[in-house]
Amino acid sequence: MYLGRVVGRVWSTVKHPHLVGQRLLVVQPLSPELENRGKCLICTDCGGAGTGELVYWVRGKEASFPFLPQEPPVDTTVVGIVDSVHLKGAPEPATVPAPCTEEDALRASPEEDALPGSGEAEEGALSGPAQSAKRANARKPSQKA
Amino acid sequence: MILARVVGTVVATRKDPRLEGKKLLILKPIAPDGKDEAGYVVSVDTVGAGFRERVIAVSGSSARMAEGCKDTPVDNAIIGIVDDVHLD
Repeated sequence: MYLGRVVGRVWSTVKHPHLVGQRLLVVQPLSPELENRGKCLICTDCGGAGTGELVYWVRGKEASFPFLPQEPPVDTTVVGIVDSVHLKGAPEPATVPAPCTEEDALRASPEEDALPGSGEAEEGALSGPAQSAKRANARKPSQKA
Repeated sequence: MILARVVGTVVATRKDPRLEGKKLLILKPIAPDGKDEAGYVVSVDTVGAGFRERVIAVSGSSARMAEGCKDTPVDNAIIGIVDDVHLD
């Protein structure tokens, strides 16, 4: 299984009958250090994951097992939502950044909220909701002034 | 699964008998924002996709679970036509 972050959704009307009712998520694979690694994939979902969440996904024929006895033709499935990742030698567990609140999303401007891995990223930048929340928090003192 | 767009077709007369009647399309993988990615793949169409449509393609042995692909030498199949992709 691999780590990933949900970055979007796909809608499809004309598809295999066993995929009717299946949520299709756009997932960006991540390394254990939570950095982007590889291209985005489309995954089905069996855990109710939402956009911005850190998840782990499985590849191959095993991706169809959560939906047995039906055998949908899927090769990638999100099978769990991650609470925290702990790497040996790291000072603290790498916890999932708090999801972006609606207020943070409204304050953030569209051109700043670039996708993880697209365009240039500043050194040590977080990804996704953490980035938005970090920028929103950074702006708060200036708004109060 | 990957997102891809249909860029062509393949016609083959001499082939495995289990592929008789299967529509073979050439797919170009794309990123969720629509940009082309490197490489291409030949895929069996199971949903009636047409030229220039965005599709979802499954690879590996799961492709054999697509409609009409049981016990066929297929490792890539189109399983859906994309209506919309939404990225946050």
